Amino acid sequence: MKTQTSFHPDEKGFYGDFGGAYVPEMLYPNVKELQEKYLDILEDSAFREEYRRLLNDYAGRPTPLYPAARLSSHYGTHVYLKREDLTHTGAHKINNALGQILLAQRLGKRRIIAETGAGQHGVATATVCARMGMSCTVYMGALDVQRQRPNVERMKLLGATVVPVHSGNQTLKDAVNEALRDWITHPEETYYLIGSTVGPHPYPDLVARLQSVISEELLWQFPRQSGRDLPDAVLACVGGGSNASGVFYHYLDKPQVRLLAAEAGGQGVATGHTAATIALGRTGILHGCRSYVIQDDDGQITEPYSVSAGLDYPGIGPLLSHLHATGRAAFYAVTDDEALAATRLLARLEGIIPALESAHALALLEKIPFTADDHIIINLSGRGDKDMETILKHIGE
Amino acid sequence: MNRIDRLFREKKQNILSVYFTAGFPERESTASVIRALGRHGADMIEVGVPFSDPVADGPVIQQSSRRALDNGITLHRILEQLEEVRNGNTVPLLLMSYLNPILRYGLERLCHDAAAAGIDGLIIPDLPPEEYLEKHLKIFREHDLKNIFLLTPQTPEERIRFLDEHGEGFLYVVSSRATTGVRDTFSEEQLAYFKRLATLGLKTPLVAGFGISNAITYRQATRHLHGAIVGSAYIKALEKASDIEQATRNFLRNLRADPSS
Repeated sequence: MKTQTSFHPDEKGFYGDFGGAYVPEMLYPNVKELQEKYLDILEDSAFREEYRRLLNDYAGRPTPLYPAARLSSHYGTHVYLKREDLTHTGAHKINNALGQILLAQRLGKRRIIAETGAGQHGVATATVCARMGMSCTVYMGALDVQRQRPNVERMKLLGATVVPVHSGNQTLKDAVNEALRDWITHPEETYYLIGSTVGPHPYPDLVARLQSVISEELLWQFPRQSGRDLPDAVLACVGGGSNASGVFYHYLDKPQVRLLAAEAGGQGVATGHTAATIALGRTGILHGCRSYVIQDDDGQITEPYSVSAGLDYPGIGPLLSHLHATGRAAFYAVTDDEALAATRLLARLEGIIPALESAHALALLEKIPFTADDHIIINLSGRGDKDMETILKHIGE
Repeated sequence: MNRIDRLFREKKQNILSVYFTAGFPERESTASVIRALGRHGADMIEVGVPFSDPVADGPVIQQSSRRALDNGITLHRILEQLEEVRNGNTVPLLLMSYLNPILRYGLERLCHDAAAAGIDGLIIPDLPPEEYLEKHLKIFREHDLKNIFLLTPQTPEERIRFLDEHGEGFLYVVSSRATTGVRDTFSEEQLAYFKRLATLGLKTPLVAGFGISNAITYRQATRHLHGAIVGSAYIKALEKASDIEQATRNFLRNLRADPSS
């Protein structure tokens, strides 16, 4: 399936100017092995069957496409929610974790490491490791350990070792650094199960392909629900970009579908307390790939901030960088307050508490005028249980 | 002639290269550290450009980098500091930096300015050799700069041959599956790895790094390879030092002492 549209990476892992594999020599053999094998494994029929069965029977796919009637009338348009929050473990992250654990098995690796921000990827990884009887170590920024306490406890109950990372801002970026250091130290037996469309090639493509199941389902679900072939717009939140890549994937080559992405504005793009990479980032190299990165004039990475731990990252994956550079997707910065308001609104109108990450995508409804003729899909990437403490702290009752 | 090439032509063994983080312990200590290292017998000096996210480095260099950045050091300032010490210093100098600060500075501009500041080579751990050979070789050649490749215990022989064929200056032999850091002694497995490399008949000199911390590991590494690089252990010595000159003299003397005596 090496179809070369401009939205697939070339052999070296570049989407236009973005991507590649900028890893120290210590990781060269591991990355090279993955590059050489991942497409064959993903296309292998036994892999596909096992993956499909686990997605359906274990993770609860397909997830519903829900026409959100009250939200739609509130905004005077047609809103459909893709309910990734209803998957096992409560977010889209499980799609990727299941695929990569099967890949790790086929590579003969026994020890799994992962990074996590909000903890959803950590929980998904701990879950699939428990399911497969594999050892699991999750690196998590010490600040995130505090603000996502329930997920830390879930990972531990699932048998994973959670290692708090105290460097930097003690968030997702620092967790990735530490996971990479672990991989450098244990290259032979360890598989690094990356949670987003970041990192050296082939990870961005691998994760996007595994998450593409989201829009694959939409291709048949949306016509059934709406009586139309294609939505007018697809909305998603963006940190590293895995849920956005998955929900955009099968619409990338359909230019009539607008692709709209919400990045974490934090306290506001101009405040310095933000994770709005497209708004502020410049081309750079972080965590093994070339993409937009928030950095200072000396090339030091700027510590990001967002109320949402899953979006608290100073980079963005190369596919999404490319979608921005080519104008295929439009990016908007959504502030903490706007995301919190969207959280409350969805809870009251639809009886659904979204993850703070997903709430950033919902908040786009306030920013972008849609008409009564528009039919739009919002990827509800995760549920908000993990965020209750944070939500209560910010919006009270 | 490039000072790295001259060093390896004139000296075939026991080459001691010392890494330190520029701007550490104080923003303006860079020049004093280089002078002290030159005076007390370092054969080669690697000037570390601190980066906020040093994924190949262990805790000691992570912390020295953090502190140097907090001290306000920048690549621009490092190059100015180097110009101060260049005169009269015959010790080869290398810049070791992750790729992102270099790209922000501008790679071509850096090659120009680094050469002007007396730099002989660069070590950029996250720049793939293939990309260097394809895109940057020419500009390095123009400024007579060496780009140092790394190899590791996991590097297959075919790739070792490839890196050797295109190798410039020396090959940086990463001693173990690890980030940079301090170890007391090398394992049998590591020693066997050094020995195996020494028998491959490579044209590029081999210098071991990562885990060289004392007279024992320095001896072990240089028994089979041309030289060794010490980094974290020296940074620890600097951290505790009140006098850079004295700390450097003691550190290098201890490192080169006969461990059996």
